[in-house]
Amino acid sequence: MIRQYGDILDKFLLSEILISQPSSFNREETGILDRLTRRQVDKPVIYLGSGSCGRIAGSLKTGEAIREYLEFSGIEADITEVGCIGLCSMEPLMDVQLPGKTRISFCKVGPEKVTDILDAVFNRSILQEHLLGQYPQPGQEPWSNVVNVSDLRFFKNQVRISLGKMGIIDPENIDEYIASGGYRTFLKTIFTYRPEQVCDIIEESGLRGRGGGGFPAARKWKTALTTAADQKYLICNADESDPGAFIGRALLEGDPHHILEGIALAAYASGASKAFIIIRHEYSLAISRIRKAIEQAKEAGLLGQNIHGSGVNLSIVLKISPGAFVCGEETALISSLEGKRGMPRFKPPFPAVEGYLGKPTVVNNLETLALVPSILEKGPAWFRSIGTTQSPGTKIFALTGKTVNMGLVEVPMNTTFRDIVFFTAEGIRENKPFKAIQLGGPSGNCLDYNHLDLQIDFETLKEAHLGLGSGGLVVMDDSSCMLNLAKFYLEFLKKESCGKCIPCREGTKRMAEILENITRRPVNEKGHETLERFKGVMQLENLAEVIRDTSLCGLGKNAPNPVLSSLSQFREEYEEHIFDRKCRAGVCTHLRIYYIDIEKCTGCTACARKCPAAAIIGTPTHPHFIVEEKCTGCGICQETCKFVAIYIK
Amino acid sequence: MNQSMDNEIDSIFQKHQRNQREALIPILQDIQEQYGYISEEAVQKVGLFLAIPTSKIYGVATFYDQFHFQPKGKFHITVCRGTTCHLEESDNLLEEVSKYLKISQSEVSRDGMFSLETTTCMGACGRAPVISVNGNYYEQMTIDTFKELIESFKQRAL
Repeated sequence: MIRQYGDILDKFLLSEILISQPSSFNREETGILDRLTRRQVDKPVIYLGSGSCGRIAGSLKTGEAIREYLEFSGIEADITEVGCIGLCSMEPLMDVQLPGKTRISFCKVGPEKVTDILDAVFNRSILQEHLLGQYPQPGQEPWSNVVNVSDLRFFKNQVRISLGKMGIIDPENIDEYIASGGYRTFLKTIFTYRPEQVCDIIEESGLRGRGGGGFPAARKWKTALTTAADQKYLICNADESDPGAFIGRALLEGDPHHILEGIALAAYASGASKAFIIIRHEYSLAISRIRKAIEQAKEAGLLGQNIHGSGVNLSIVLKISPGAFVCGEETALISSLEGKRGMPRFKPPFPAVEGYLGKPTVVNNLETLALVPSILEKGPAWFRSIGTTQSPGTKIFALTGKTVNMGLVEVPMNTTFRDIVFFTAEGIRENKPFKAIQLGGPSGNCLDYNHLDLQIDFETLKEAHLGLGSGGLVVMDDSSCMLNLAKFYLEFLKKESCGKCIPCREGTKRMAEILENITRRPVNEKGHETLERFKGVMQLENLAEVIRDTSLCGLGKNAPNPVLSSLSQFREEYEEHIFDRKCRAGVCTHLRIYYIDIEKCTGCTACARKCPAAAIIGTPTHPHFIVEEKCTGCGICQETCKFVAIYIK
Repeated sequence: MNQSMDNEIDSIFQKHQRNQREALIPILQDIQEQYGYISEEAVQKVGLFLAIPTSKIYGVATFYDQFHFQPKGKFHITVCRGTTCHLEESDNLLEEVSKYLKISQSEVSRDGMFSLETTTCMGACGRAPVISVNGNYYEQMTIDTFKELIESFKQRAL
């Protein structure tokens, strides 16, 4: 349907974009633009949030219900599937835009609610229960008594550079992206700047890699640019294998063309004519969206040979990662791309000098590349005005855990954790006390109450011996056990260790073993056993330091982080587990102590017969009793009991 | 290996260049997409096509989470083991699930009905714990809702 404007769009692409003067458009052109970007609509448009989080929450069923409703009521309206606006805990989201009215958004729209909400909206009233807010738009009449989405607490502190268009535009429609100003920066850049000038601009903006290291992005590009080679490559690393991080996935699903533009700009700046984008195999929706986006960009002449007569060549190839956490390390990623086991190697030579197939290769995180188009569009000074002097710009977090709001947030680098947890996320669910933040996934650190006032910039965190990591931010309340979490991460790292270097391969295994020992009830409490268990903690600290100092790659070096940081922040909890054999959160199953409620126990003897430790005594038809010293805390008795007489204190 | 499978793999090969190591992972992915798993015969054929010893191919394939070497069950169940799901006790869920289905991780039940696997994160952290069955997601799972789900699958399979 959009293609009929093709000619005008092409003209638009070729001339207007390069001049970049939107004010020079005539009325007809502006009208087309408004229609393409849906600033003005002639019939109602219903937007359905259908990123992965929306789909999991059941947006497809909601979509069916909307179609049924429209058919039944005979209302003519367009349905557009959009990505996620970042508020995953409120999905499925449904927005409605009536002609002449602003776009209004509803949350938690199950299929059974569709009729009620749409009935109300088409009659110009609002069902308050599911209302989220409205998106103000000049020239469109706002709904009265409806809050603006940007004024909601979740959005208020956010500066959405990369996430800006997410959930707003149709990710499968390149025309809409172009009409809203996309690819304009790319064409302008390749026509006006030389690659080294682009590097200079990015260097001036102070953009640092968002993958965790904080390495200046432009320096990599410059190295690759100045290295002599017949072929150079750029790799966009969207291979998130980190439990609890889904930034890349959401970006690819919600605004794939934005990412392609970022890749194209970075490839131009580093002299690469071939770029790879690597996506995890599980992200089927992201894969199909980016595949479509690449096709569309090729068709529009924005990728390929001699782009718009500029003499610049660029092809972007989608590669599906077979999935390994260690491939977050750039050298491992490259060897995975070469068809080998994803194992890291020594650096130098750095990939920017000798990478994929021995050619200079720039590896950038997707989040870094997503910032590039805006920097080139608005200039380095604008970018520097956000965040801190040393770490300008914004950072995206995948905010999950026990908070009220969960999802993706993009905040300036000078935001504190307190702001994120207690303002943006609106605190902890059920008003439970805050306990800790796990920052940056398995190789990240945990933060306690005292860290809440820290800023999220690279310097502050480095000073506090913390790292930003991959951007996962998991908030915990007092129902979480820090040891259990450390154990969970170590089990993960143990599984994901590539096995190349010994400290990481063997060390993570031993650390997991020690933690397992601490969180388990010993079979017998003889002197020697207890001593071994006590020794465990001391060894744990030692071992962690050795692994940190001697591992080859970032995965190994950061593997002890969850243990070391929780040990320094929550030492008393470790001690409690070891000395008192108690888990205050009641998470460590083996440390639970079971009791029998004598009121409820009928003396059926079922539990006593099942107990593997013979810890339950009692005579038939009389209440039984659990001998605490013998109990191993396996929980079989609780499963066996038909009378719910067994409980944990 | 039967003739049709032979031809299908040949048609996969046509999309890639001979003797090029970089094509190994994409070829394995294509084969798995076609058959759901990578058979021994397929590995041998890939070895001949790319001139890589089968041992090396297994070396690469076993390194990554994506590849399976036996057919999946009719209902392939994936339990999310992301951090948030873990905080919502997906470890206990996994244990219960495997007890209920009488299979452990990356196994297939004897009747070929169910197979069980874990994944690092599905990204549906707001709805933890999450499982997926043949690509359909089910949120906020408990063992009871899971049992209901399985029974409905069993009914459907009959």
